[in-house]
Amino acid sequence: MTSAVVVRELRRSYDTTLAVDGASWSAAAGTVTALLGPNGAGKTTTVECLEGLQRPDAGSVRVLDTDPWRSGPDHRARVGVMLQEGGLPSTSRPLPLLRHLAAQYAAPAPLDELVERLGIAGFAGTTVRRMSGGQRQRVALAAALLPHPDVLFLDEPTAGLDPHARLEVWGLVRAEATRGACVVVTTHSFEEAERLAERVVIMAAGRVVADGTLDEVRGDRTLEAVYFELTTGAPR
Amino acid sequence: MSAAAPARQRVLSRASFETRALLANGEQLLVSVVLPALALVGLALATVPDLGTGPRADLATAGALALAVVSTAFTGQAISTGFDRRAGVLRLLGTTPLGRGGLLAAKALAVLSVLAVQVVVLVSLGAVLGARPDAGGILPLLLTLLLGSAAFVALALLLAGTLRAEAVLAVANLVWVLLLGLGVLFPTDLLPGPLATLAAVLPSGALGDAMRIAFVDGGWPWSQWAVLLAWAVVSGALTRRFFRWGD
Repeated sequence: MTSAVVVRELRRSYDTTLAVDGASWSAAAGTVTALLGPNGAGKTTTVECLEGLQRPDAGSVRVLDTDPWRSGPDHRARVGVMLQEGGLPSTSRPLPLLRHLAAQYAAPAPLDELVERLGIAGFAGTTVRRMSGGQRQRVALAAALLPHPDVLFLDEPTAGLDPHARLEVWGLVRAEATRGACVVVTTHSFEEAERLAERVVIMAAGRVVADGTLDEVRGDRTLEAVYFELTTGAPR
Repeated sequence: MSAAAPARQRVLSRASFETRALLANGEQLLVSVVLPALALVGLALATVPDLGTGPRADLATAGALALAVVSTAFTGQAISTGFDRRAGVLRLLGTTPLGRGGLLAAKALAVLSVLAVQVVVLVSLGAVLGARPDAGGILPLLLTLLLGSAAFVALALLLAGTLRAEAVLAVANLVWVLLLGLGVLFPTDLLPGPLATLAAVLPSGALGDAMRIAFVDGGWPWSQWAVLLAWAVVSGALTRRFFRWGD
């Protein structure tokens, strides 16, 4: 079976910093992959290459068997994205914002249902500028789920959420994978990785230092212990 | 499997979102409608300063229309795009089916929609104050609005795509104030010596003078259009080269 997401010998540098230094990993449809690593490990750069926001210097990335750089609207319609900084215009209110994003897709997910499950109705009158971090996260997640995506990239989807909201988000994300989507979650939370993901990719200093199923990576230890062993002292 | 909505729907949906955002934003409305309207009323009713040759209400309306273009196409677009860029909005939209080309088309439509509202308000207000524009000036007036918008939007995007959001805010407002006196509200040939020459080749002077020629005399301001076109082409090329979608 072909993987929905493939990263092959990816290299990408900014000026003098090598952000990603020959990373390779892949992710299959119907699974959740957690991408872990310290700040500066190259996670965001890798995901941005996969989202078509950056162009690899060397190596390749494929999403749904397509090169995401300058890919067409029908490819982008199959990929849902939640960016770390949210990407929400500060003066807008959630419903008009989500409604106009939904209009970008031929058959968007039912907006009312998303709004209900993510508890967005409770702050429908609030502008993005006045929302709490957790409220912004929920709107950004709703935006990523709107396309019924075949591939879903989520950057720290539960950062700043309270425990109830976190459970609700995990439920939504698992449901996307069960529906058949390939989900890639960038996270700093071991709990999130262990609750959500079948596969774990750990990056350090631009390289992949672990890649496998959750059990393969952690063995008989905790994910946290393995993570610290693999990422401590990585040159940066 | 999900697919993109048709291009037309994508662009129209984004354009209507941007238009509503511009019209719902208080500060933006102040700059785009209230201040040009105040300038129009003030200049039409006062007897100073000199607005050039022609009926005073006509000259004031032409100046207010030029100011409306600078407000919406330049100040408004620069500030909203600068802050959208900082918030990651442009990057997020780059991952949706809308894409970058669609975003630019939507912005152009949004600017023209807001401009249409401004033109209706200001021309009606001008008519109340006694402005009687030359009927032959309608076509050159529309062309002037289009060329002026193109030049100022290109300048706005150049600013918004290269500077920090706060710097964009400061520069966009400062430039708005400076350009007021450099040919937008008053004819460039009434400015003192070297300033007159400078203002005539600035987009503000070219826009203001073109507006007055079209609105007051029904003339075709070819040389002013050439200046506006040059600004649009040069800033457009610089924008293509230097615009950064992320911070």
